Amino acid sequence: MLRIDDAKPMLRIRGLTKTYRSGDKALDGVDLDVPRGQLMALIGPSGAGKSTLIRCVNRLVEPTAGEVVVDGGPVTGLGGGALRAARRRMGMIFQEYALVERLSVMENVLSGRLGYVGFWASWLRRYPQSDIDEAFRLIERCGLSGMHDKRADQLSGGQRQRVGICRALIQNPALLLVDEPTASLDPKTSRQVMRLLVELCAERNLAAIVNIHDVALAQMFVQRIVGLRAGRIVFDGPPDALTTETLTAIYGEEDWNASRPTEEDEEDEAAARAIAARLAAEAR
Amino acid sequence: MPTHSLPSGQVEWRRRTPRAVLLRWVCWLLGVLLVVQCWQIMNADTIWEFVYDAPAQGADLLGRMWPPRWSVMDKLWWPLWDTLNMATLGTALGVVLGVPVAFLAARTTTPSAAIARPIALLIIVSSRSINSLIWALLLVTVMGPGVLAGILAIALRSIGFIGKLLYEALEETDPKQIEAITATGASGAQRIAYGFVPQIMPTFAGISVYRWDINIRESTVLGLVGAGGIGLQLNASVSRLAWPEVTVMFIAILCTVAVSEWVSARVRAAII
Repeated sequence: MLRIDDAKPMLRIRGLTKTYRSGDKALDGVDLDVPRGQLMALIGPSGAGKSTLIRCVNRLVEPTAGEVVVDGGPVTGLGGGALRAARRRMGMIFQEYALVERLSVMENVLSGRLGYVGFWASWLRRYPQSDIDEAFRLIERCGLSGMHDKRADQLSGGQRQRVGICRALIQNPALLLVDEPTASLDPKTSRQVMRLLVELCAERNLAAIVNIHDVALAQMFVQRIVGLRAGRIVFDGPPDALTTETLTAIYGEEDWNASRPTEEDEEDEAAARAIAARLAAEAR
Repeated sequence: MPTHSLPSGQVEWRRRTPRAVLLRWVCWLLGVLLVVQCWQIMNADTIWEFVYDAPAQGADLLGRMWPPRWSVMDKLWWPLWDTLNMATLGTALGVVLGVPVAFLAARTTTPSAAIARPIALLIIVSSRSINSLIWALLLVTVMGPGVLAGILAIALRSIGFIGKLLYEALEETDPKQIEAITATGASGAQRIAYGFVPQIMPTFAGISVYRWDINIRESTVLGLVGAGGIGLQLNASVSRLAWPEVTVMFIAILCTVAVSEWVSARVRAAII
């Protein structure tokens, strides 16, 4: 028998629309439900609105119209303290990790508790012992044992993303918003990070939206794929339902059966992406 | 359009369009005209007989400055200490006042772009546009001579320097780190403490030490207008035409400045 709780979606989006000031319509009436415990991949070409969609959920981007409900509570229309309280139930994981580079691993992980502790406690790094215990548990669970005192800028890409995952999970979230978690990682690390995400979502019965470019990687790990094109959902189904026709519907015309990329190509591509990301970071 | 098709079908490429080339020549021409004009103005107000005489006068002055009268050093220790304190306390006060101004002025952290930001920018501009010496002149007139006027003069000048460099650093912070902190449900003050402060810390330390170094140099002359420190002694000796004493003071100032530069270079190297 289903409990009421399980029947209710963890995330419920209705008619979500975002028009940027430039006039670009990034989202156009998106309806989406994600139940508890489901890992959902959001795929689509660059500029389809994937990033805007997850940012509209925690209101880092203000939606133009529509409704977002997380765990039964509305998020749209909230302000001030109520919005902050809603945000702490949503853990976010970023493409380029977005760690505070000059803080230690421990400080970065504990920053996930900022919504729960007062200003002075956070400024003086006086977190409750229960938070510190949980931080150590997560650091160990994510394979970072003994690294709590290292500064974030001393870590490798895979390690940084694990810290990012710890920071999101220590929020005790109901929902994970994951923005291109593997775009800056090599293929092997990408798989490890995805596997860790899948395991953690299962352990904690979390709902998660994962924006991802790598369709093959998504098919390998998730239970449901949603395809976004020009701000509208054009595909919603299990990974094996993705055919060449649906891929064309999402991404546009392309010979999908032509040679699968070899491992070497993938590595070159990942390396090129990493270099591009580093150059972009340096340019800033 | 820097490209241009020739009748033969080849496409010619130039770095600049003909218009841009012409504009650059016009700008150079205007620059040369300006230099000629300035030379003429300077020429009109100079009495060249005095200038021809300058090497002899300079040699004469140097002769009167030598040998240094080292005995005056006994009277200089205390004013030197005053000078150092004036610079240090003035810098500290400038930091305390300049940091909040920077946070109000930076687009990324200002609470209101319509009111607080213009006020903060005005404070920075007014502080920067007036030299410490002029600040000291004003303050000595208002509150009488002494070290306190010097400290305040240094602080008032430092607010603008620290405020400007720090607010530029605040505007160049990585927005992704801030976004991540916002996404955790952090409050505004926590966003500053965790998102901005770690990012600007090295810049902040560098700016403060650099300003302290500048302030030591500036505080040596504040005494000229009565604001205490070694400048006061310097002024007295110049008035009495006691050139051998002036030589000792120059050497003392030089050593102090050299030491402060060494200290600030070491501190900055340690931070970066």
